[in-house]
Amino acid sequence: MLPGMGDDTCAITLKVNGSTLRLQVAPWTTLLDLLRERLGLTGSKKGCDHGQCGACTVLVDGVRINSCLSLAVMRDGASVTTIEGLAEGDALHPLQQAFIENDAFQCGYCTPGQICSAVGLLAEGHARSDDQIRELMSGNLCRCGAYPNIVAAIGQAMRPRRDA
Amino acid sequence: MNRFGYTRASDVGEAVHAAANGDAAQFIAGGTNLVDLMKERIAAPSRLIDITRLPLRAVKSLPDGGLEIGALVSNSEVASHPEVVSRYPLLSQAILAGASPQLRNMASTGGNLLQRTRCYYFYDAALPCNKRAPGSGCPARDGVNRIHAILGASEHCIAVHPSDMCVALAALAATVHVTGPAGARAIEFAEFHRLPGDAPERDTTLQPGELVTAVALPREGFAAHSTYLKVRDRHSYAFALVSVAVGLRMVDGTIGEARLALGGVAHKPWRDPTAEALLRGQKPDDALFAAVGEHLVRDARGCGHNDFKIALVRRAVVRALQQAVAGGPRA
Repeated sequence: MLPGMGDDTCAITLKVNGSTLRLQVAPWTTLLDLLRERLGLTGSKKGCDHGQCGACTVLVDGVRINSCLSLAVMRDGASVTTIEGLAEGDALHPLQQAFIENDAFQCGYCTPGQICSAVGLLAEGHARSDDQIRELMSGNLCRCGAYPNIVAAIGQAMRPRRDA
Repeated sequence: MNRFGYTRASDVGEAVHAAANGDAAQFIAGGTNLVDLMKERIAAPSRLIDITRLPLRAVKSLPDGGLEIGALVSNSEVASHPEVVSRYPLLSQAILAGASPQLRNMASTGGNLLQRTRCYYFYDAALPCNKRAPGSGCPARDGVNRIHAILGASEHCIAVHPSDMCVALAALAATVHVTGPAGARAIEFAEFHRLPGDAPERDTTLQPGELVTAVALPREGFAAHSTYLKVRDRHSYAFALVSVAVGLRMVDGTIGEARLALGGVAHKPWRDPTAEALLRGQKPDDALFAAVGEHLVRDARGCGHNDFKIALVRRAVVRALQQAVAGGPRA
């Protein structure tokens, strides 16, 4: 057992959207609850809380995961990026911009998870076609059914911009 | 979730020791199934032993020509590993047919073997279930049993093992390496999961405190003639109703060796060597494939809603064998 770890709370260090934080967490605290309830980062959503809807998707060390099924204490030392950490100042992340340009949402509840998932998808580099985008985004549900425009937004972000 | 203690193990010996010292301690890696079960109060460990810092993340070639996959290699990493993609495409396909990218990024190789059934009754703590509360009964037998077993079930349990990856590992005849209080041992994949019998609370033959450290694949990966065919209610992100893993070694147009395993039909990946023997030495032929499908379901029994799976196995086996002969799912 590491120093600072009792059965009640454990001392961990997390880098969240670029800021290094030292935190005491109970072992049963999920990463999603830590982000939302303790750190006030409410962009990541608790949709189903069972890893089925993808609304809680964040990037841990650049890899997309379901934060609702992740215990915060197990992520000690990791770097977490949420929807709040994607923009550079006033400049939106290309995927955020693509979601706006393609009207890739209606109510917006699933959108932070969709965008974080899509950032992970682009980093993984396995998607080559719209069908592959659909398959590799199947862990993110959209109850409004904005899927066609979500696929279009991700497809746009995958291609180099011609007007740039 | 219940309150529990937390131990972060730094080596395998420490992890095994910690498990042996806690009555209801459980190992945790990806957590994709265990954390969910804890939220539903189906699992309530007194202590979690975090094994994610153990040195079990290597994929290495073995002297006998096989490939060893560390227990902590993620499902995503296995599916896209160049050696797996080129030599064991069946394993890569099976993994990519399961779960979502986020879950595959979290889920470990060892954990995939140890995931529990998604039987509705197992997951509902308000209802009896012999797997969750031994002796309480099995409401699935006379209940909603569309997703349940048609082979190898018992009066005590008709749950199915939910993994896709394990169906491929069964067909590939993998070996599971474990370490426990009594030392290290190797378990043939066919012996790793068990049928429910009168002890459905036990999914595997692991002994208390044993930790999966690696999965080893033999040299033969059936790369030229294999397929994973999965039939499910949605095109993506759904458990198999029926799945078929096939690996064939073709010699001058004849089937030299055949491996076939079924998913979604039993308490464990279902491999039947007598069905494989029917294929050996034969020319590929639809009538032969149909006979193999018929042979596989000779002892199958439906419980009502899942009766359709018997015909589905017959047909899926024929299609999977046709695909494997042709060279894979897209050939």
